[in-house]
Amino acid sequence: MQVRAQNIIKRFDGGPGNAALDDVSLDVGSGELVALLGPSGSGKTTLLRVIAGLEQANSGQVFFGDEDASQKSVQERRVGFVFQNYALFKHMTIAENIAFGLEVRTRGTRPPKAEIKRRVLELLDLVQLSGLDKRRPAQLSGGQRQRVALARALAVEPKVLLLDEPFGALDAKVRRDLRRWLREIHDRTGHTTIFVTHDQDEALELADRVAVLSKGKIEQIGTPDDIYDHPATPFVHDFIGEASSLPVVARDGSFWLGAERIGLPVLGGQAGQGRLFVRPQDVVFDQAGGIPAEVVAVRRTGAARRAEIAFPALGGERVEINAPAALNFQPGETLPVRFMRGTFYPG
Amino acid sequence: MLSSLRRPSILPGFGFAFGITLAYLGLIVLLPLSALVLRASGLGVSGLWAIATEPRVLAALKVSFGLALAAATVNAVFGTIVAWVLVRYEFPGRRLLDAAVDLPFALPTAVAGIALASIYAPNGWVGSLVAPLGWKIAFTPLGIAIALVFVGLPFIVRTIQPVLLDLESDVEEAAATLGASRLRTLLQVVLPVLVPAILTGFALAFARGVGEYGSVIFIAGNLPFVSEIAPLLIVVKLEGFDYTGATAIATLMLGAAFLVLLAVNLIQAVARRRLGNV
Repeated sequence: MQVRAQNIIKRFDGGPGNAALDDVSLDVGSGELVALLGPSGSGKTTLLRVIAGLEQANSGQVFFGDEDASQKSVQERRVGFVFQNYALFKHMTIAENIAFGLEVRTRGTRPPKAEIKRRVLELLDLVQLSGLDKRRPAQLSGGQRQRVALARALAVEPKVLLLDEPFGALDAKVRRDLRRWLREIHDRTGHTTIFVTHDQDEALELADRVAVLSKGKIEQIGTPDDIYDHPATPFVHDFIGEASSLPVVARDGSFWLGAERIGLPVLGGQAGQGRLFVRPQDVVFDQAGGIPAEVVAVRRTGAARRAEIAFPALGGERVEINAPAALNFQPGETLPVRFMRGTFYPG
Repeated sequence: MLSSLRRPSILPGFGFAFGITLAYLGLIVLLPLSALVLRASGLGVSGLWAIATEPRVLAALKVSFGLALAAATVNAVFGTIVAWVLVRYEFPGRRLLDAAVDLPFALPTAVAGIALASIYAPNGWVGSLVAPLGWKIAFTPLGIAIALVFVGLPFIVRTIQPVLLDLESDVEEAAATLGASRLRTLLQVVLPVLVPAILTGFALAFARGVGEYGSVIFIAGNLPFVSEIAPLLIVVKLEGFDYTGATAIATLMLGAAFLVLLAVNLIQAVARRRLGNV
């Protein structure tokens, strides 16, 4: 089922400023797995809740397929929603939790008892919790509870699966396992899935496409490769992966760092002042010559070193770069560096 | 066993705090109660039984326990609704209403009794409304029940409120996304979580109702066999210098109240275990 959110505006205080969602549109193709990624307060959870019908937008529409879902209640939208803190029914067994969505249907549409039981066991099998149907949520670990929550959401055969920071409350190891496992489930069941996360590794690893949100707007939406390699805005460049930036001037077909020329080509139309964003691997020490930089601090990071360098021409501006472990240098030394790559944003 | 008494906890200060607890409970609660039982024990089992089976005593105990149970049940239902409204909705005057819940606590019970009696008497505001229908509220068991509902309300509301505040709204949202109607969500998702708190409030309101004296005697009419409560009968016996009879009834009440509270606690333990917070 294709999901479209169109021109969603959502304000919590009712006033004109600071919209939680500021005219956001999002298209999710049938069977696609899309991540909403952003810092807290960026509006990603609000967007998910508007799609689910748990939150009413001030304006804008939500379509499931060709059907306008905007006026439908949560109950009618038939979405599967997984909450960060599981939101399991503590007083019910695991089997009762999973069966809940089927048991509450009206008499005409409710499957027979035996069928419900069969579905519950099937779903328990899918989430690899067979045999735990008689337990209660308090007797399960966090990872197991979240899998029960997913099984419960899948039981109603939702048109779309929405997950709000599904792994946020779990420890790192369980997160990684569940991440892989969720991808497998998605590939097997083929549900259109949207999940919210503030963890970029999770978004880049798991999703077909990633939408990066900031301050109630979508900054960029694209494949993980697009997002990482071609960040559209300074915010995305800063937020995804590690990056530092320097004030530069684009002039005469080249970038200038103060009076020093950076050997990177200026693309058509780029001119004037702006900032050059570089990742740690984009700048290297080069004895053969380059721009002189002063080493401010050096850290060992596993297989390599991480150096913080400053350019005398620029005062205090610092950049973090990778350096091979074999290269031995001390803070205070001045070494030439060369720029291999960088992204320029005017302004 | 012995070693577990010696080192029951890693927290320091157990001996000191436990000593204070024992001394305090002994002095404040157990000493007067054991004096009561000691006094009544002079009667022997057969003497106690004779007093317990006196028709007037039986009737009074029935009135006290029956109406306290009824009033606590009514409060369990409506007190839950009051707590729900106070916690879940924002409306002007909410804090005022919230404070009003405590009034039955704060008011001297005799004042409450006189106020209730004058309202529900056949010539009072409410009493005069139902009098043409042939109904009488004050000076009947119904009047007693109303007084007990009045004094019991804060117990229910104040025990449920914190639990409701703690209740995560995402559980209700989860039920809604699964297609459950609001009513169904309340009955199957919210209410079961509230049950232990409702039971606690019920037990407190019940205990208060059994022992209530001041607010009841003005509205009860105090007719033997009809609207005479056990505490009043105790006072009657005391005024007739029948101290043994008075302590006997008191001991019976103590035993019965203990049994009811024990039963409520057992049900509660089961409910709590089901919720997983052992």
